[in-house]
Amino acid sequence: MLRLNCPWCGPRDETEFHYGGQAHVPFPADPHALDDRQWAEYVFYRDNPKGPFAERWMHATGCRRWFNAVRDTATYQVLATYRLDEPRPDVLSEGGNR
Amino acid sequence: MSTTPLPEHPDHLWRNPEPRSSYDVVIVGGGGHGLATAYYLAKVHGITNVAVLEKGWLAGGNMARNTTIIRSNYLWDESAGIYEHALKLWEGLPEELDYDFLFSQRGVLNLAHTLQDVREGVRRVGANKLNGVDAEWLDPQQVAEVCPILNVSTDTRYPVLGGTYQPRAGIAKHDHVAWALARRADEMGVDIIQHCEVTGFVKDGDRVVGVETTRGRINAGRVGLASSGHSSVLAEKAGFRLPVQSHPLQALVSELHEPVHPTVVMSNHVHVYVSQAHKGELVMGAGVDSYNGYGQRGAFHVIEEQMAAAVELFPVFARAHVLRTWGGIVDVTPDASPIIGTTPVENMYVNCGWGTGGFKATPAAGWTFAHTIATGAPHPLNAPFALDRFVTGALIDEHGAAAVAH
Repeated sequence: MLRLNCPWCGPRDETEFHYGGQAHVPFPADPHALDDRQWAEYVFYRDNPKGPFAERWMHATGCRRWFNAVRDTATYQVLATYRLDEPRPDVLSEGGNR
Repeated sequence: MSTTPLPEHPDHLWRNPEPRSSYDVVIVGGGGHGLATAYYLAKVHGITNVAVLEKGWLAGGNMARNTTIIRSNYLWDESAGIYEHALKLWEGLPEELDYDFLFSQRGVLNLAHTLQDVREGVRRVGANKLNGVDAEWLDPQQVAEVCPILNVSTDTRYPVLGGTYQPRAGIAKHDHVAWALARRADEMGVDIIQHCEVTGFVKDGDRVVGVETTRGRINAGRVGLASSGHSSVLAEKAGFRLPVQSHPLQALVSELHEPVHPTVVMSNHVHVYVSQAHKGELVMGAGVDSYNGYGQRGAFHVIEEQMAAAVELFPVFARAHVLRTWGGIVDVTPDASPIIGTTPVENMYVNCGWGTGGFKATPAAGWTFAHTIATGAPHPLNAPFALDRFVTGALIDEHGAAAVAH
């Protein structure tokens, strides 16, 4: 089980959280300018890296607020958690069983 | 229920050749789908100058990690077409491959626990019948007749309100299926190369002309990706994106028990599916772990929830023990249907996105993917499963029939 450090409540077990997929995917600035392929990219395509991944989590049984994490999808190591108004921190995976 | 002893392991089923410098077709991924693709390329299309590259050992990924359930009771016409084609191929494969991999058509029950489940199930039975897929709607008493150990009382958190039943569904020994396909493909000249990881692609403009591997460069006329959980990683190396997300999916087995479970039981609502293997172990699967992951492992609380559901459905299992748990990496698409077809890279084809349900489709995935690679165009059975459906909007939403929570 993961342990995530909620920016407001502190470290809690994974079971308290709800997963939200890739972080930093903004709604298109000018939706009317998008063609079908660009809409498909926005609606259906998300990054799926093996390694550090910036993703959203929500503290469902706590403060119920969203935040972001950088987690290594190969080792499941949580490298950082940060508020939505903060930029993605520049963290590197420590390696491990990749 | 069958109590036939398991087939003896033969000494030798395929060669372990050194990779040659060039092949007409290179398949990336030596799981069930890759092996079935190579088998049908050789058998149906006469293309035998083929290599199957596997980064680990043959069928050591999802092919050995699934819960071996085979069925074709999907909702939409496109899905019924390809999954029913798979089931018909399954029915002939033990004889065709001359290998008894214990394909057992013991039926599958998909339980309904809510009014919405009932409506969805009844609708799907109707759709299945129209598509020539055997299906029946059973009330709780009929469910209990098919599977007497199932608790169909009303005194449970989520009572069984009925279920769909497909009698021709069943299970098979998944590793033996892979070995059976590998043996025949090898006999027809296909090189199965294990411990050979693809690290990059050689391109001439927009066209792929080879692969870089941990055992050197291999030139290829055509390249087929059949690497399930790692499809995104390979596609990125080739220069295009796939609309899939890789998740851990866990399963487990109990110790061996006397035969008590005559069929396969799946429940969308309480998130468990249960069968009993020929040796006697109970085989159970869960929903996916929620986060993206390539670790081939998941969290124990997912297993706890699955066991709670299993014990409520099957009180007789309350004192069984978990013997072993494991995880695979499943590549899930937005519509819970696979992607089989061409890619933005010329001469490169992809078979991916089978998510939580690829094993049942093994023969049809291989059959349609081989056709696509051999002819350069999809067969009518896999044409609807093209990558461009996410642009056109012609999705094939099978979240109801996929039966595993994503």
